[in-house]
Amino acid sequence: MNQNFNFISDWIKPGSRLLDLGCGDGSLLADLTKNHSIRGYGLEIDSQSIEDCIARGVNVIEQDLNNSLDNFADQSFDTVIMTQALQAMRHPHLVLDEMLRIGNECIITFPNFGSWRTRAYLAFRGRMPVTKQLAYEWYDTPNIHFFTYSDFEALCRERNINVLHRKFIAEQFPDNLLKSLWPNLFTETAVYHLSR
Amino acid sequence: MTSIPLEPLAVPTDSIGLVSPQTVLIEKPLTLACGIVLPSHQLVFETYGTLNSDRSNAILICHALSGDHHAAGFHKGDNKPGWWNHYIGPGKAMDSDRFFIVSVNNIGSCFGSTGPTSINPETSEAWGADFPSLRARDWVESQKLLMDHLDIHCWAAVIGGSLGGMQAMRWSLEYPERLLNAVVIASSMKLSAQNIAFNEIARRAIKSDPDFCDGNYLQEGKAPLHGLALARMIGHVTYLSDEVLGEKFGRELASGDFIDGTADPVEFEVESYLNYQGDKFSNAFDANSYILITKMLDYFDLAREYNNSPTEAFAHAQCKFLLISFSSDWRFSPQRSQEITDALIRAGKDVSYAAIDSNQGHDSFLLPNSRYQAALGGYLNRVANQLESSQ
Repeated sequence: MNQNFNFISDWIKPGSRLLDLGCGDGSLLADLTKNHSIRGYGLEIDSQSIEDCIARGVNVIEQDLNNSLDNFADQSFDTVIMTQALQAMRHPHLVLDEMLRIGNECIITFPNFGSWRTRAYLAFRGRMPVTKQLAYEWYDTPNIHFFTYSDFEALCRERNINVLHRKFIAEQFPDNLLKSLWPNLFTETAVYHLSR
Repeated sequence: MTSIPLEPLAVPTDSIGLVSPQTVLIEKPLTLACGIVLPSHQLVFETYGTLNSDRSNAILICHALSGDHHAAGFHKGDNKPGWWNHYIGPGKAMDSDRFFIVSVNNIGSCFGSTGPTSINPETSEAWGADFPSLRARDWVESQKLLMDHLDIHCWAAVIGGSLGGMQAMRWSLEYPERLLNAVVIASSMKLSAQNIAFNEIARRAIKSDPDFCDGNYLQEGKAPLHGLALARMIGHVTYLSDEVLGEKFGRELASGDFIDGTADPVEFEVESYLNYQGDKFSNAFDANSYILITKMLDYFDLAREYNNSPTEAFAHAQCKFLLISFSSDWRFSPQRSQEITDALIRAGKDVSYAAIDSNQGHDSFLLPNSRYQAALGGYLNRVANQLESSQ
């Protein structure tokens, strides 16, 4: 796991059931299985990622998150996790509801569109930002919703979702004082731990 | 450098090469699900690769409705390899350099294992239509006796497509501690009404042939070739997709034409193809076996004895699972594999599921496909690595 995300494992009970929506190559699940004894499943549609998961022995299910998640029963997982994919969902708010229907808790990470880097990009270049976190041109990006962590918190309030933990990460901006004063400006990736 | 003219190779080098079947008489009684006991039965099987010193690298191949023991390589004099040759062989997904692969013709079939064409010791005549009704679990029981005969304690994997996948699932429930992995391809926990309907049309076609003689055609020295060919033609169409039939044959004509004023009878390529397939099959397969095994498919219901709860059923399994489906398969659609996957997740079992894009219909599980190859090969590569590292 990326070192910056180690704290996620503190939010997950050892031995719990975990569902990773958009699990990529399965490295997060592999790591949590090995070091945290979780029983995990990942959903993925990219064929190379599915092969990577199979090769490392991660349970991977070929299923499109934009279609229904009806096949998963209410509260059938302890934690449902989604990393860097919410902005690519057709209906992020409905996916969020689904995550909290299927899981007792959920962990979600997304690129913060309100960080100084993306603000500066838009302000000074007059072009939609292309950054390390958002590495696509506007016309071919899978990231079809742009929102800031403030937008996300507003959505949580509106839908009566409790924020158990929040963590803001700026890989290239280690100044914690600035981050704590103006998180929306200095956060490149936001990580939330939520429950109903 | 002088080039030395090479002798033409008898068999393609990427196959396991020449193989020959073995026959074993299992002398332990086999109690069938219907209550009838076979005091002994014969099994014909082939093996590919070498059993390792701790006898842990064995894979069991489970065949489907019309399959046999000849899954890979070539029989002497044949120019056509076994039915799963694309996936079994040296360096292939089921790698005969790393696994000891056992492929058995199951009882009730007609390629040398005890079935309707065998002699019933009680009457000294062929069983014919009197061969006992079979369930998938009877095949599993018989395979278990072969496993004991081969002195294999635990299969590294039990693998099958279609009815073969049903056997793999049944294995996981009947002998959970005797397999590490079950690979279930293009299969289902039970047949749909539409599936049963197609099977009944096929059976009716056989029974309507005057040469069927109520199933006693062997005693009468006859064979319901016409009815069996028709049954196969019906089945064959359902194993392919509309798209692949269109691609292969379109509206091409095998003979005749549509020119005004000519009386040439028109035959479409697809008619010619189907008739050829039907006739080829009816000369190679036994009609009573076809009826018996289609009934076995109809009766299969994985969760029936587990309060009709697939989750409760799979709670008994201990192995890991790989599920594979094909997008254009309308006999055992991807939805059926998804249902199996969902039940396994609810039961908390290890499972991966690959939904492969293919336009080849149900038959996709037999045909080359790079994603299918990668998923199955990748999964079994990990199984082999684990076995080899624990040796």
